[in-house]
Amino acid sequence: MFDLLTAKFEDLFYKIRNKGKLSPNDLDSALREIKLALLEADVNFKVVKEFIENVKAKATGEKILESLTPYQHVVKIVNEEIIRMLGSSSSGVSFASRGPTIIMTVGLHGSGKTSSVIKLANFLKTKFQKKVSVIAADVYRPAAVLQLEDMAKNIDVDVYSENNSDPVAISVRGVELFKKSGSDVIIIDTAGRLHIDENMMDEIANIRNKTTPHQIYLVLDAMTGQEAVNIASSFNLRVECDGIILTKLDSDTRGGAALSVYYVVKKPVKFVSNGEKIDDFDIFYPDRIASRILGKGDILTLIEKAEKVVSEKEAKGIEEKIYRNELNFEDFVAQIRSLKKMGSIDKIFSMMPIVNKSKIFKKVNLDDSHLSHIEAIINSMTVDERRKPHIINGSRKKRIAKGSGNSVSEVNKLLEQFSKTKQMLKQFSGLKGKFKLPPGNF
Amino acid sequence: MQKLIKNLSYIWNKFKNDRESFWDELEEQMVTSDISINTASRILEEVKNHVYRENINNLEKVKSSLKQQIIEILKCNGDSKLNISSRPPTVFLIIGVNGVGKTTSIAKLANMFKKNGKKVLLSAADTYRSAATEQLQYYAEILGMDMVCHQKFSDPGAVVYDSVEKAKARGTDLVIIDTAGRMHTSYNLMEELKKIKKVICRRIGREVDEILLVVDSTTGQNARNQAELFNNSLNLTGIILTKTDSTSKGGIVITIKNDLNIPIKLITNGEKLEDICYFDPVRFTELIFS
Repeated sequence: MFDLLTAKFEDLFYKIRNKGKLSPNDLDSALREIKLALLEADVNFKVVKEFIENVKAKATGEKILESLTPYQHVVKIVNEEIIRMLGSSSSGVSFASRGPTIIMTVGLHGSGKTSSVIKLANFLKTKFQKKVSVIAADVYRPAAVLQLEDMAKNIDVDVYSENNSDPVAISVRGVELFKKSGSDVIIIDTAGRLHIDENMMDEIANIRNKTTPHQIYLVLDAMTGQEAVNIASSFNLRVECDGIILTKLDSDTRGGAALSVYYVVKKPVKFVSNGEKIDDFDIFYPDRIASRILGKGDILTLIEKAEKVVSEKEAKGIEEKIYRNELNFEDFVAQIRSLKKMGSIDKIFSMMPIVNKSKIFKKVNLDDSHLSHIEAIINSMTVDERRKPHIINGSRKKRIAKGSGNSVSEVNKLLEQFSKTKQMLKQFSGLKGKFKLPPGNF
Repeated sequence: MQKLIKNLSYIWNKFKNDRESFWDELEEQMVTSDISINTASRILEEVKNHVYRENINNLEKVKSSLKQQIIEILKCNGDSKLNISSRPPTVFLIIGVNGVGKTTSIAKLANMFKKNGKKVLLSAADTYRSAATEQLQYYAEILGMDMVCHQKFSDPGAVVYDSVEKAKARGTDLVIIDTAGRMHTSYNLMEELKKIKKVICRRIGREVDEILLVVDSTTGQNARNQAELFNNSLNLTGIILTKTDSTSKGGIVITIKNDLNIPIKLITNGEKLEDICYFDPVRFTELIFS
């Protein structure tokens, strides 16, 4: 997500980076490029217009044309405007002060409501230790109830459903039942509907009136085009949404819908869903996303992810070993496994603060299977070899290559890579105290 | 589907005084219908040339020039009808990202051929999504057709193999294959589709008769990426544009046709099984201008 927008901004900033002074013409052409980049990213036309006007007004007001570092000024202004566009801070998760929290999800057909309901249920269950139950209020799409039931079973969450009944009645009875059974969170999964279908919009308004949800989330496909704003406005007008769940962020969408909706409807994106796996779901942090759009990476999320899979103690142990130059293949493979647990390599890379990432991306094929190859090679070593890599001689290499289904030259490549990494890390650890190695790094 | 150009007569006043701002406004309206900037400026370049060359000074003529350009892009050189093999079974493979309406479109397509007296078999090759098979099963039952399915998480290639074999044995005219929604950026899932395609080709001894990408008309510029990547992997034969009963204008198909030359073959526009029709560039263009 956002990759192309990021690439455009990087290019643009690169161009003006070394300019001592920025002429009004430079500024205009930079703004024109930003405008095109935003439009190509599906940001709503009106939003783009306003955005450009704001940046221009600020840039002129702050007299950046005369400043000595116009680059930093422009980046700062664009950064601020993007954060403003996305809403400035995360609104987080909120629960009812008394009794169960009732959540209703609404949205167009195929926006990903059912998957989001299950992912949200799982998120609240595992992160907040809540007892979550779901209500199947989509009686229209064939097998929709079955889908919800099947997915709920996998995460061990109760489902309320009825045959041949009306969604309002189902929701009311479901809420009553789960209130009695002591659920902390009750999520209502409604059918997909067009925002211009009056009868169907009445239906969700009725469900809302009868069940009074604490939170109503609009589920929005991140690939939606210019209409996103109208869709969000219509749903918001009828049921007053509290926030957006943005789905399908694992596509290569440039995510303009996300940028526009908050700006126009003033409802924040609360959660994002970005993969087929049940835990590909997270709280949305506008400032972190802005930083990613501008090519500055998302170190906070990266560190959080790393902390999830590597304990501080483990990280400390590795750091010590690096310092004493004792790093071996056992540590290496442990690091690879932690890295894999953090998600796919390209997702991790997209969070790193590297300039011109998009260009590097094109050259390096970031493939998870590459890691598996390395792992296979290491697995084919004896314990002794893993602990003391220097004993690996020609015949050992042959055996390792054969055992892991690789060629000797690949084994050589890994050994070389390993000793280089070791050297590099040794240098880093020389800065110990001044430079803290983030956990999970190798 | 809503009008592409809303207030042409309103902005027409500008044409006389400030031509540049008239064209800008026109471009703006095209972009808000999800036509890409590049396609919009290409179309406008042509219209401008035409208008200045012919010295046109009349709104209706500007409009018809614009329409003509769009029709020109959407028009197919060959036949836009679906390819039916002379050696049955004909096989259609239906693909697309998650949630665009693949299964519903398949039911509509199957119904259309059934009404023409064809014997249709549905193939449930989405073995991944919960209850996907049951959803297709529901349609197979109400339409009274055969359906081939395996267990959840089984190999979709095997489902497809069995479907084609069963169709051959039973003298079925048409096999329509439902696949799991997948992101066009997912390498593994695209490889899986290539394998499915290979299985079909081997069983029928020719190319797959139709490989149709389902595109949601609410999608923005990303639809072009979808079309490009699916096409790179599989050589699409056409596009089904869904959910055109929404307010979005589906302008992205103009960009897809312009950039990639993939024909739009069918559009769907409602929740009923009958809500599907062949794509007609002239009617489509009239519709967005009406």
